[in-house]
Amino acid sequence: MSHDHDHDHDAHHDHDHSHDTHGGTATMASRLAALVSQLEAKGVVTEAQIDQGVEAFLAHAQPANGAALVARAWTDPAFAARLAADANAALDELGSDMTHWVKVKLRAVTNTEAVHNVIVCTLCSCYPVSLLGPSPSWYKSLAYRARVVREPRAVLAEFGVELAPDVQVRVWDSTAELRYVVVPRRPAGTDGMSERELAALVSRDALIGTAIC
Amino acid sequence: MQRFAVGDAVRTRAARPEGHTRLPRYLERRVGHVEAVYGAFPLADERAEGAASEPQALYCVVFDGAEVWGTSAASLPMTISADLWDSYLDPEQA
Repeated sequence: MSHDHDHDHDAHHDHDHSHDTHGGTATMASRLAALVSQLEAKGVVTEAQIDQGVEAFLAHAQPANGAALVARAWTDPAFAARLAADANAALDELGSDMTHWVKVKLRAVTNTEAVHNVIVCTLCSCYPVSLLGPSPSWYKSLAYRARVVREPRAVLAEFGVELAPDVQVRVWDSTAELRYVVVPRRPAGTDGMSERELAALVSRDALIGTAIC
Repeated sequence: MQRFAVGDAVRTRAARPEGHTRLPRYLERRVGHVEAVYGAFPLADERAEGAASEPQALYCVVFDGAEVWGTSAASLPMTISADLWDSYLDPEQA
């Protein structure tokens, strides 16, 4: 039960439907309230248990997790290769915090001199909450979702990301079971930095692809 | 069911006009190529309706920006990658 619960719990958060294409938040809130009251009435779960679960999950779901992943990839080329090949296995290497995380399939896409990656969910708002924390409201907005697949350079420029004309933009639309995270390029002049110092340089938006770092 | 392999050219079908699907409308009837095979997953279209779903192959399909939006798009060079189930796809002559 606990594994199933964790999975469904994360699925809810990584696949958040409380946004503007499904009838408005008031409708969604009232549906959710009805569902919770039925679950309580049938003795499946209490509201307090749900709150505890959400709090426990969010306590571990922070952009620092994604930043730590990136810093390790920057300092350990073999890890970077494993991360690119199997992100879930690479995550498991990072330590005990991962045990709380849910087993959604994750793929890390790496920026290079020639390629800039950016993630979106055009159909709803799929997002790697475990690694990045709760998603920003713009990520769930219709404008971002519609535009970043059509004119990513213009959208990125509005975020302050200016790309050379020959850089290939790769947009990753999270249409199914996978969640994506971007591995930004390591900034110049950071050769002497520790892994911890490097992690502090990595922003949430860089992990989405809407910032350089 | 896994009909395609990495490198295969595929064409998306029309998105379902009714009911749930995870094939975005902007990617229907577009040609791309399979970049990765992620394994078998229950089909979202069936799962959303509470139907039993035989897991089917899920692919990472890469589309060129020009194929999706036309050659005049100012954002080129760009690609769009989407994760699509086997039954969303038809083979395309490479």
